[in-house]
Amino acid sequence: MSGNREQPKEIKRREFIGMTVLAAGAASVAPGILLTVAHATAEAEGASSEVRWGLLIDSNKCAESCNACVDACNRENGIDLLQRPQGQGDEMWDAQRPQWIRKVKLKDNQTGEVTNLPMMCQHCEFPPCVDVCPTAASFKRADGIVLVDRHTCIGCRYCMMACPYKARSFIHQNVEQQTLRSPRGKGCVESCNLCVHRIDAGATTTACQDACDKDGHQAILFGDLRDPESALSKALREKSSRQIRADLELNTGVRYTSL
Amino acid sequence: MDSSTGILRAAGLTLAGGVVLLLSTAVYSESAVTSGSKAAGMNSCVAPTAEMRRNHMDYLKHDRDSVVRKGVRDVNNSLADCIECHAEKDGQGGYHPVNAEGQFCSTCHAYLAVSLTCFQCHSKTPEQKQSGAASLSGGGSSGQEGGLGLLIQSDEAAALSVEEMVQLHAVFREE
Ligand code: SF4
Ligand code: SF4
Repeated sequence: MSGNREQPKEIKRREFIGMTVLAAGAASVAPGILLTVAHATAEAEGASSEVRWGLLIDSNKCAESCNACVDACNRENGIDLLQRPQGQGDEMWDAQRPQWIRKVKLKDNQTGEVTNLPMMCQHCEFPPCVDVCPTAASFKRADGIVLVDRHTCIGCRYCMMACPYKARSFIHQNVEQQTLRSPRGKGCVESCNLCVHRIDAGATTTACQDACDKDGHQAILFGDLRDPESALSKALREKSSRQIRADLELNTGVRYTSL
Repeated sequence: MDSSTGILRAAGLTLAGGVVLLLSTAVYSESAVTSGSKAAGMNSCVAPTAEMRRNHMDYLKHDRDSVVRKGVRDVNNSLADCIECHAEKDGQGGYHPVNAEGQFCSTCHAYLAVSLTCFQCHSKTPEQKQSGAASLSGGGSSGQEGGLGLLIQSDEAAALSVEEMVQLHAVFREE
């Protein structure tokens, strides 16, 4: 499905990088900001600290009844393949099934203003989930993506307690069916990985962004926070944005506007 | 690059190799490669069969760390590729799970009583192409006996000498 669309995107990305190189020569940069040009993350190069992947979410554009990003995430990461354990009630199933991204609805009780936004792992620069992990299974890649290495996760769930954003899920059940790109089994913790398999293959969007764009909302923008010429950095310069719980000083990779 | 670990490693391999060699004359005369799998039509795995039997777990462990932690994805050895080659077609456009009874992985693991935990998390079958399912089962060439490259004949020696094995291991480490 996505295979057909990746090809033109790849070409676009390379053109874009070419343009970035040109632009970089002329760009005037604020003092103290290091100007680096992102390399295309080829499969052989691996994650590079010259990029930092992130998301910008415009909560004004996030539609109330829409669930497209959540559905797309579940499909992309094989979460929809999970079967409800026999005899488990609705309440338990809803509480325990993995959720990498979820819709949050905020209401200002004084004005009645309602805000919708998707919430996922914020890919903190200083992630508490990594601090507390006793086995170093929870780790941050060079490019800022925070992941769980399930090979070493012992399922203690410290990270779930430490995460201020309730971003992590624990797999409580035996899993019969997985996709190749999303291994999953009983006893490990998992969370949004910024579609790392797509990004490593050179894609420039996440599954949630694609789904949101397809439905015409364009509330989610994926990109490189380190590249001043990326669409993401430009949008961040133009509009005022916020980190959720900025007071914790985690320097999240996911930012929100109109919040 | 680190010679002391290299020597230790070689010594460990020699020991392990010796033990397996003893066992292998009696036990490993036949192949676990199933005739309906892609591997059956191929001449060799990523390394000679005897080497793979002993050290496949090392190959996988080395590369899994570079994939997961460093994002280096074009590795030589991936579990997904093992499954791609070793899963047997079920004749209905799908595959038998590679860890099911009598299938490639479980045959040896059951015999040696080594529990096989990869597939608690990893997919046991190759990724199915949505539209190509028909062509997967359409070949009909999987029935031919004798021409199955990886199926070792029972009179063929299935083991490398210890020296050969250590050498091979060094070559693969360097790559
Ligand atoms: S949002 Fe939670 S899971 Fe994600 S990096 Fe921060 S602390 Fe870790
Ligand atoms: S559940 Fe796993 S990833 Fe989380 S803290 Fe424990 S070992 Fe680390």
